[in-house]
Amino acid sequence: MLELRGVNASYGNIQALKNVSLTIPPGSMVTIIGANGAGKTTLLKSISGLIQSKTGSITYEGTEISSLPPVKIVSLGISQVPEGRQLFSHLTVIDNLHLGAYLYYSNRTKAEIQKRLEWIYQIFPLLKIRTRQLAGTLSGGEQQMVAIARALMSRPKLLLLDEPSMGLAPMLVAEILRVIKKLNDQGTTILLVEQNARAALQIARYGYVLETGSVAIEGPTADLLSDEKVRHAYLGKQ
Amino acid sequence: MDLQGQIIQYLATGLTLGSIYAMVGLGFTIIYNATGIINLAQGEFVMFGGLIMVFFTTTLGLPLFLSFFITLALTTGIGMLYERLFIHHPSKTAPLMTLLIITVAVSIFFRGIAMFIWGKEPYSLPHFSSPEPIIIGGAAILPQVFWILGLSLLAVILMNIFFNRTITGKAMSACAVNRVAASLVGIDVSKMVLLSFALSATLGALAGASITPIALMEYDRGPMLALKGFCAAVLGGLGFGTGAVVAGFLLGLIESFTTGFISSAFKEATALIILILVLFIKPSGIFGSAEVGKIKKI
Repeated sequence: MLELRGVNASYGNIQALKNVSLTIPPGSMVTIIGANGAGKTTLLKSISGLIQSKTGSITYEGTEISSLPPVKIVSLGISQVPEGRQLFSHLTVIDNLHLGAYLYYSNRTKAEIQKRLEWIYQIFPLLKIRTRQLAGTLSGGEQQMVAIARALMSRPKLLLLDEPSMGLAPMLVAEILRVIKKLNDQGTTILLVEQNARAALQIARYGYVLETGSVAIEGPTADLLSDEKVRHAYLGKQ
Repeated sequence: MDLQGQIIQYLATGLTLGSIYAMVGLGFTIIYNATGIINLAQGEFVMFGGLIMVFFTTTLGLPLFLSFFITLALTTGIGMLYERLFIHHPSKTAPLMTLLIITVAVSIFFRGIAMFIWGKEPYSLPHFSSPEPIIIGGAAILPQVFWILGLSLLAVILMNIFFNRTITGKAMSACAVNRVAASLVGIDVSKMVLLSFALSATLGALAGASITPIALMEYDRGPMLALKGFCAAVLGGLGFGTGAVVAGFLLGLIESFTTGFISSAFKEATALIILILVLFIKPSGIFGSAEVGKIKKI
C-alpha cells in the first residue's frame, strides 16, 4: 500500500532521515520504534507531506506522492494523527470532527458525515457526550480520542499515528491501543510510531527500529521482541 | 441645542465613528486570526474604498449603488493581490516581525499610489440617500449615519455567521490556532490566508465607501484609521472579533463624548490613552482572556 525507497529528509543542514526504506502492506499494522530524535516524527511528516524538502521515492497505491502537499495526500486517503494531539482547542469537539471531514464537507454529504460520526461514537462512546465541549478543556486521554477521531473523519485507508500513548495514564494507553487494534481489524492500515516500544511491538505485526535517522533493525514484531539488541536498548531488559 | 439634543448628537457621532473603528478592528482581527500578522495597511483598504468609490461615482458618473459594489469588488481584489504579491511568498520562511514590516511598507506604497492617482486633496461623495438631516430629540442626524450603522452592523453579523456557522469560517479559525493540524485535515492554509485578506479588504472598503459622504477621504487617511482600529482590536482582546467590534463602538462613543464635552483637542488622544490604560491594567484586552493571551505570537 505504501512504499518508501531511499528517503532522505533534512531540516536545514541537519539530516533527519538517511536512506530510509520501508513497506506497509494493505491491511497491516506496522510500527516504528526508536529513541527521541531518531527521526520517527520526521518520517511520518515526510509521508503526510508536512516536510517538503526530501529526496527518494514514496509511493502510495502505485502513485508517487513524495512531492504532493498535505491537502492532496489527505484526499488520497492518508491521515495523520500528529504528535501531541494538535486539536483546534478553541473549537468544540463536534467542530473538530467536522473539520476532520473538511475535504468532503458539504450539504450533500451531511448524511454520510452523520453516519461516519455514529461509527466514531461507537469506537469512542465518551465523545458522544462531549460533542459541545471545547476541545481544549478535555483531559489528555479524551483529547487523544478526539485527535484519532478527527483523523478518521477523513475516511483514511492508511492511518499514521504519532505517539498516541504520549502523556497518558497506563489505563488510557491500553484503551487507545485497544482502539487502534480494533481499527486495524476493521480494515484500516496503520503505521504506528511509538516510544512505548513494548506496547507497539505487542499489537503490530511488523516493526522497524529507527536509529539516528536510518533503519537499524526490521522484522516481524515477534522476532524484534526476542531480539537481544532490541530488548536491551528499547525494552529495558538485560 | 439643549443637553438632551447634545447627548443624542454625540451618541450618533460616536456610533458612526465606532462602527468604522469596529470594521477596521474586525479587519485586523480576521487577518491576525488566519496568519498571526498585524496588517498595518488595514487603513489603506478604507482609503481605497473611499477613493475608488469617488472615481466611479464622480469621475465616471456611474450610479451610486453600482459603483459601491464595484468598489467593494476592486478593493477586495487589491487585498488579494497584496497577499499574493507581498505576503504569500515571504510568509513561508520569514518570521512574523518581517511580515509586519512588510505590511508597513505596503501601507506606504498604497498611500504613494493613491497620492499619485488622486493627489493630496480630500474628496467627497454624494450621500447614499437624502443629505437632509433628520431631527431626532433635538439633534440633527444625517441619514448617511444610518447607512453607516446599518451596513457595518450587517457586515458584523455576516462575519459572525461566517466564522461561527460555516465550515469554511471554522477552517479559517482552525488555521490560526494550529496550522499544522489544519493542513493535516486537508485545509488549504494558503487559500485561507488569501481569503482573510480578501475579507479584511472588503470590510475596509465598506467602511471607506460609507463614511466618505460625511467625512471626506484623502490619500493619507489610512494610518489614523488603522491606529484606531488597532486600538479596538487590542482592547477587544486581539483575535476576538466580537470584542473588537464592541471595543470599536466604545472607542467611538468615548471619543465623541470627550470631543463634545471636554475639548476637541483630545479627539485623537482618547483612543491611545484608553489603550495605554487598558494595557497597563489588563494586557489581554477588556474582553480577552489571559489564557488565550499566553499563546499569542505578538
